[in-house]
Formats: sequence, C-alpha cells, structure tokens
Amino acid sequence: MSINGSPILAVRDLEKTFGSLVAARDITISVPPEQTVGVIGANGAGKTTFINMVTGHLKPTKGTILFEDKEITGKPSREITQLGISRSFQVAQIFPTLSVFDNMCIAAAIARRKQGLLGGVTTPVHSDVAVVEAQATIDLFQIGRFRDTLASTLPQGVRKLLDIGMAVVGRPRLLMLDEPTSGISIEEKFDLMQVVMSALKARKITVLFVEHDMEIVARFADRVLAFYDGTVIADGTAHQTLDDPRVQELITGVRLKPGAGHA
Amino acid sequence: MLLTLSAILTDGLVYAAYLFIVAIGLTLIFGVMKILNVTHGSFYAFGAYGAATAVGIYANSDLPAALGFLFMIALAMAIGMIMGLVIERGLLRLVYGRDEVVVVLVTYAAFLILEDVIVLIWGPGSYAAYQPMVAAGNTELGELVLSNYDIVLVAIAAALAGIAYWALKFTRYGRLLTTVIFDRETAAAFGINVTLVYTATFVIGAMLGALGGAVMAPKISVTLGIGVEVIVLAFAVVAIGGMGSIEGALIGALVVGLCRAAAVHLVPQLELFVIYGVMALVLVVRPYGLFVRAQPRKI
Amino acid sequence: MASRAQIIGGVLFLIAAAAALVLPEWVASLVTIAFANALVVLGLVVLWRAGLVSFGQALYYCIGAYTVALIARWTGFTDAIALVLLGGIGAGLVAALVGVLLARYREIFFAMLSLALSMILYGVLVKTESLGSTDGFSVATPTFFGYAPHGQALGLSLYWLTLVIDAVAAMLIGSYFRSVTGALAAPIRDNEIRVEFLGVSVTRIIHAKVVIAGVLAGLGGALVALSIGHVDPNMAYWTTSGSFVFVTILAGSASVAAAFIGSLLFEAVRSIAVDVMPSLWQMTLGSALLLTILFLPEGLGSLVGRLRKRADAKP
Repeated sequence: MSINGSPILAVRDLEKTFGSLVAARDITISVPPEQTVGVIGANGAGKTTFINMVTGHLKPTKGTILFEDKEITGKPSREITQLGISRSFQVAQIFPTLSVFDNMCIAAAIARRKQGLLGGVTTPVHSDVAVVEAQATIDLFQIGRFRDTLASTLPQGVRKLLDIGMAVVGRPRLLMLDEPTSGISIEEKFDLMQVVMSALKARKITVLFVEHDMEIVARFADRVLAFYDGTVIADGTAHQTLDDPRVQELITGVRLKPGAGHA
Repeated sequence: MLLTLSAILTDGLVYAAYLFIVAIGLTLIFGVMKILNVTHGSFYAFGAYGAATAVGIYANSDLPAALGFLFMIALAMAIGMIMGLVIERGLLRLVYGRDEVVVVLVTYAAFLILEDVIVLIWGPGSYAAYQPMVAAGNTELGELVLSNYDIVLVAIAAALAGIAYWALKFTRYGRLLTTVIFDRETAAAFGINVTLVYTATFVIGAMLGALGGAVMAPKISVTLGIGVEVIVLAFAVVAIGGMGSIEGALIGALVVGLCRAAAVHLVPQLELFVIYGVMALVLVVRPYGLFVRAQPRKI
Repeated sequence: MASRAQIIGGVLFLIAAAAALVLPEWVASLVTIAFANALVVLGLVVLWRAGLVSFGQALYYCIGAYTVALIARWTGFTDAIALVLLGGIGAGLVAALVGVLLARYREIFFAMLSLALSMILYGVLVKTESLGSTDGFSVATPTFFGYAPHGQALGLSLYWLTLVIDAVAAMLIGSYFRSVTGALAAPIRDNEIRVEFLGVSVTRIIHAKVVIAGVLAGLGGALVALSIGHVDPNMAYWTTSGSFVFVTILAGSASVAAAFIGSLLFEAVRSIAVDVMPSLWQMTLGSALLLTILFLPEGLGSLVGRLRKRADAKP
C-alpha cells in the first residue's frame, strides 16, 4: 500500500531504445490512487511500449518505475503481477475450452496460491476462496448468465469482459487496459465501458486505458495522456488534453463541439 | 589416411543420396500439409517389396538389365501413387483441421495396419532383389572400389534435387505449392484449390517414398521392419534440414550421411548416436531446422 | 470423507490384489506388466493434459530398467523395492536434466526432440558390447527385504509390489490434478501466454511435468525389468514410445483410472491378437487406434464421463 497522498505509480525519465530506434523517451508521470487515466496516440507512438515497461515485459533502458513507493524497474512480469499490477489485452486472451466460471476460477486460484516451491501443488484449485472470488467477479462484470458457457462460444463483448475480469479477480491495485473496446461495435462500446468502469471503481482500482475512440476517452477518463513519437506531449484533464492544439494537430484531428454528431 | 578419407566421402555421399531420396517425400508433405507422415515408412516398404517382386518377374525373362531397373521403378511408383490416393482421400481427409499431433497418430495407425498388409501380400519371409546391383558392376578408382549402382543412386538423388528445384521455381504447380507452403489461408483466398494441391502433394510424396524403397531394394534384404527404421532416419534428416524445405532435406541428408560415414570408419560405436545426436542438436539450436524460419504469434 | 472416485478406486485395488491369487500365473504376469506400463501411460496423461505428446518416454522407461539391471549386476544388491525406487530416481534425474531443454518446446518439436533423445540412448545401447548390444542381458532375481521367493510366490510378490506402486502413484497424481498447478494444464494448452500474464512460470510447470512423467516411466521400466527378468535396447526404441502413446490415446486424459484400464485393455487385446492372429495383431491395434481417434477422440475414459453425466442428469 502506498502512504496516504503518494502516487500509486511514479514513472521518471523512462526510456526504451531498441538499438538505434527510440521507442519511448523522457516519460515522467505520477498517478494518484484510484485515478482513471486515458492514454491516446497513434500506433507506434509508444503507448504499448510504456505499458510493457510498467507490466514488466520490457526492461527500460533508462529511468525508474515506482509502484506504491517500491521500485519495480526491470522486474520480471511474474513478480509485478504478484505485486498488484495487472493488464488486459487488445485481443481477449481467454481459455477457450473452459467455461467462463472455470476461466475466472483458475485466475482466482492462481492469485491466491500458496507461495514457495510446492505452493501451487498444495493449493486445491476449487478452494472455497477461489470459487467465491470467481463468482463475485463474474457478477461484478454482469456476465453471470454466461457462467457455464464455453469461452470459445462467447460473443465478443462478453469475451472482453471475461478478459478484463480475469485480470481483476486477483484484486490488483493498478490495471492497464489495452484497447478495451477494440473489436466491439459502436452501439455496444459505451455500455461495455460503463460496466467495466463501475466494476473497477467498486474495487477501487487505479486504471490506465489505451483507447482510440476519443468519445470514450472523454466520457470515462479523469485524466488523459497523449503520446506522440515516443513521448508524452500532453497531460491534463480529458478536456484539457483533447482541446490541446498540438494534440488535435498530431493525433485526434479537430474536435467537434460536445454533443455534435452524437445520437 | 587418404583412403579412409575418400572412403568416408564416397560412403557418405551414397548414404546421403539414399537419405535424400527417402526424405524428400516426407519433407514435401510436411511443408505443404503440415503433416508428419509416419505412413511414409509404409510407402518405402511397399516400394521395396514391389521392386523385389518386379526384379523377380524380370529375372526370369531375357530382357536387358537396364529395362528391368526401369520396370522396377515404374512398378514402385505406381504402387506409391495408388497408396497415396487411397490414404489421402480415404483417411487423411477425415482428420484435416484437427490437432497436428492427432493427424500424426492417424498416420501412425495407418502404418501399423499397412505393416500387416505387407505380411498378407508378401508373407513374413525376406526377399532378395540384388540382381540390378550385380548387373551394374563396379568401377575402380585407385584403391577404392565403387559399385556402379551406388553411382546411379547418387545420380538419381542429384536429378531429383534438380527436378524438385526446377519444378518449384518454374512450373505452375510448383509455384502454387510454394504459395500454399507459405500460407494456406492466403492461398485459398486467392482461389487456389487447396484440396487438389493437398491430394497431388501427398500422392507425389508417396511416390517418392516408394521410389526410395525401390531404389534401395537391391542393396538391402527386403524384410519386415525396414519401414520402421527408415521413418526415424527420414525424420532425423527432415528435422535437421527444416521441415518443408527441399534444400534442407539435401543439406540434412549430406550432414547425416557424412557424419555417419565418418563414425562408421572412425568410431563405429557412435554410428547411431551421431545421427540422432545431430538431430537433437539442431532441434535445440534451431528448432525449425537449418533452413526454415519460425513465425511469431500476434496478440 | 473420501470421494466417490476414491472409494471405487480402493475397491478396485482390493479386487485386483485378491485376483492375483486366483488367476493363472501367465495371466497374472501379463497383468503385472500391464500395470507397470500403466505408470508410463499415467505420465503421458500428465503431459497430454497440457497439450504435449512425448514420443520418447521409452528413454526413461529404458533408464529405469537398465538402472535396476545394472545395480543388481554390478553390486549384487537385489532388494526389489529399493531397486525400483532407484530406477525411478535415475530416470527422474535424467528427466530433470533433459527437461531444462524440452520445456522450451511445444507441439511437434517437443515430440521430435523427445524422440531424438530416446533414439540416442537406443543408439548408444545397441553399440555397447559390454551390455550385450541388441541382445541385452538378464536381470537378477529380486528379493523382498531379505525374503527370496521363487516360482509363483515371486510372481505374486512382483504383482503386489506393482499394484502398491500403482496405487500410490494414482493417489499422488490424482491430488496433483486437483491442485492449482495440475489444473493449469488445460489453460497452458489453451493459451500459454495468458497463463504467464497471470503470474505463473509455464516453463517451470512443464519442466515439472517432464520430470513427473520421467519418474513414472522409470518406475514402470524398473518393474518390467524385474518381471521379465531381461532388459534390451528395444526398450528405448521409438516403437516402444509409440505403443505408450497409443494406449494414452485409447484411454484418454479424463481421469487417472483411464491409464490403468487402458493399459490392461491394450495388453489383453495385444495378447489375444498375437495368439489368435499372429500376423494381424498390428493391424488390429492400428485399427483400434484409428477408430478411437475418429469416433472417440477423448478416449475410452470419456465414455465413463458420458455415462456419469447421464446418471447425474436423471431426476
């Protein structure tokens, strides 16, 4: 847990180069607990590199990452997951031959397994705790009626909710969502985000979500980071960032007046 | 010393030729259909037995030996063609799309069945078909005595390699094959009749396997179990060179052939170890073989 | 309170133990071998659940067998239980070493590498004169804590030893399947990357499975070596690995019991086929495998599952 008032995530001078290619540079961000941060930017602008560094899949070439005042720079992703940072995926990564409940249960059981060399072997998978947590998270994401459905037969929206749910069932404190509404039809995007965001708020989880749909970003983010060419070019409230002329020039295009063109 | 070296080179080359002829069908089928075809051992065995039968028929007539050799090859390839058609259309078609390993097991089951079909047709005894080899005679190269038949073997292997290369690069079928090897779905999207390509490929692979058996028949004792040994050897060659790569099969055959020859002449205890040791080594260092590149997965 | 499956298992164990007293010697001997081979199959089931097929379990099977044979030959030590355990440990050590490599491979490459490794052992054994090359050599008669049985008593002792080891293995593997690590097999097979992202080292789990399968195969090989009284390089040949895979497909991966029942069935069919139609037994086995793959893809074990579901569904 972080001390009252200190940020849950503090990134300073983060940089990642691949040989001569600079994927990300000069990233310094401080995120207070329970904030919802939208991350926008064109493909290749450094958003995914940033997420990968925070979740431990890439080692930064420079800079530091502090999670709840503890340094996690360069730690392997397994450790970082166990410390309380989780992520979801652009293409929902679920277990197709298991039911929704089994998917959730295994995620819950993993999060709660005993430590040590034989920890996983001595923890039963259908323990009471795991079962309760799995059901609770299924209800939280409102996919209860799909509980016994095979994951491979789920409609896209439910797959996404399951994917995010599995990242949440272990009670992380920080969650990175990679394009949560990608592949979802326009009519369903808002409803999906509504469910996700109220679930995350209920669990008091700090969220960073990558999105290309600016209306979603405007509606659900307390704060927006704009990435361009590997670095953050704007950081403020949703309105501030989306109205920033540089952001409009390089990323979003000129923004319509709120309410215009919206059903 | 020089003698040993030349012996290693010639033995290695001959063994490599044998391995290549046997492995080319296997790698072709894997490359196009992604199937590790255990039944390949059966094609080889049927080719050998068929050749033995042909030689038997031929030996009793008065026609020249060279024609006998051609007859032997033609019969074997005909057997291969029929078997290939029967197995692909009758059996494999039923399991396309299922797990890779399941398909391998289906070919393994077919192999087991065919082992007994051999007994039903030819009985449990062994056959000799050495006449073509004897008829070809020997050539002397200094102190080395080379069997002319072995030289023909090397020539056939080289010819096969050449034909395969030309066919893949310059014929319509060859280019279709290359497309399908590269990406089956895209090929189908371009309107290529993948089903037809599959059948044709499997039949050609079967014919090549039978050819391998026929061509080797005069050098070995044609008996039960020859298919069993050949499969693992062919797998080793294909794994080393890269599954689906013809150049790979060639290089793999050369590597295994020369290594084995070296072992046989220098350290006989290592003969078998060397073949599978190299296979394991290559799998460890470059799991897709020396000539094939891995393909990453997107999330 | 023991579960229904455990009670049934216990009853079957007692029946099998008692059966040894009434079965003719040659049948009991076959059953012993079937039960020993079942351990190898159990190991394959552990791997198969995670989506991996090893075409080289004969490696550990052979190591288990030769460990027993060589220790008896070189030291004169003949205690059966100790020898079998040493066989399992020896195979386990090799599996632990080899597993470091194998755990990085999947699908066809896992199968091929395991095949290559077992063939390497075969190649070495075949060319080793001191170990009898292709003929192999015979194994000393085992003793049991000083007791030296002969004839039928020896057969019974080996039968019961095999049964006890089977029971212990079945219980341990059963609880493994119910644990988090064991239950991760299907997720690993389905989506390994997600499992990693949930904070689990997949490589470590697969390495553990290779070791478990190796130990089980080693125990099986050791028991067979004592039962047959002979070891030869063929125990490492790819067709030996193939027949184990065969039984695994036949049995399916749905339960622990399937490995034992499948192995018994296989041994029965093979013996009958070899006896009744000696030139067609491979065809019989091949056809059985084919039919199973085409019509019962989950193996015979799934029939049990289906019957159970129907029984549970009745009002």
